[in-house]
Amino acid sequence: MKNTEQINQLLHLADNALIIGHRNSEWCGHGPILEQDIAISNIALDYIGQARNFYQYAATCINGNATDTKPATEDSLAYLRDVRDFKNHLITELPNGDWAQTNLRIFLFSTYQYFLYQQLQQDADAQIGAIAEKSLKEVTYHVRWAGDWVIRLGDGTEESKARMMNAVDYLWPYTGELFLDTPTSIQQQWLQKVTAVFEEAGLVIPTNTWAQKGGKEGNHTEHLGYILAEMQYIQRAYPNSEW
Amino acid sequence: MESTNQQHIWQVLQTVHDPEIPVLSIVDMGIVRAVEINSTEVIITITPTYSGCPAMDMISMQIRMALLEAGYKNIVLKQILSPAWTTDWITQEGKDQLKAYGIAAPVGKSADAIFLTELTIECPQCNSTKTELVSQFGSTACKALYKCNDCKEPFDYFKCH
Repeated sequence: MKNTEQINQLLHLADNALIIGHRNSEWCGHGPILEQDIAISNIALDYIGQARNFYQYAATCINGNATDTKPATEDSLAYLRDVRDFKNHLITELPNGDWAQTNLRIFLFSTYQYFLYQQLQQDADAQIGAIAEKSLKEVTYHVRWAGDWVIRLGDGTEESKARMMNAVDYLWPYTGELFLDTPTSIQQQWLQKVTAVFEEAGLVIPTNTWAQKGGKEGNHTEHLGYILAEMQYIQRAYPNSEW
Repeated sequence: MESTNQQHIWQVLQTVHDPEIPVLSIVDMGIVRAVEINSTEVIITITPTYSGCPAMDMISMQIRMALLEAGYKNIVLKQILSPAWTTDWITQEGKDQLKAYGIAAPVGKSADAIFLTELTIECPQCNSTKTELVSQFGSTACKALYKCNDCKEPFDYFKCH
């Protein structure tokens, strides 16, 4: 039996994976070269898979509590909740921007997930631990792939460096939110890894620590509504339709 | 002690192949975790290679079909995530089959080394070790794309996981 707070935490983990997965999937067919197109589409697939695992478990927990005749499913949680019900961090819903911004976002966010999942592996709830254990292996590859791009572009041409610096300025205020309710050790480990990659990329960690926040409480940027409109359209227009 | 029926089911499962890598049976792939039989049901427990592996639904269906054809009824498929599948679960026979098929098998044991290290991968065509990583993500999430600098052939590497 899980309380509302625990179920919201599960939905938060699921929503994070679904929304960043959906954003990455927007690159499918538009990647700069074929190999990178395939890579980012695979990363998107990993995230959607992680989202499915968390949604399936959240649905089981919700149904275990409720007397409702209409049980929750992974699909109802992904396709039939509205903007204010989504609990993802704001950084996951921001637009892809260019290749620099896309990769910096994946790097910053998957590094956070890497240390978070490491901790969740020991969660008192064995199913959360199992999903974290599985996801961690995938996220490790995401950190490495996106980190390589941050270095390559940050330490690249004048233009690639300028684009990466713009991405840092744009995304950094959204990183503070990640650590509002996680142990400080996760933030320290995250900052250590990010600092190491930024140094190699010739990028500077911004000194501005002001953080944009509210995603977990359902207060989103204007971008999430457009994502949901696209993602949920078919289920809303043709309820219960299946492939 | 495995019953004769259980052994027979394992043999049937040997005939089910991963749709992405048709040379490899799901048993050699290491994704079948348990075969149980009770008075009413046959319970097969499988584990996904990757969270988002699109082949899992198809593999589940193929297991069901193969067992139905072999005369079993009331087949229950269970999915578990822990212990997580790693490339260590692929049998030696499976690794040999991968190589014969042109996919370089995972090198060494899956490690929890932080953020992974570079490895020397042998070309499955000419066995040269002068190979180069083209992309960490190949035709599927479980493979990376390499090319051989000796025979010039590109090849898939089943990456350590």
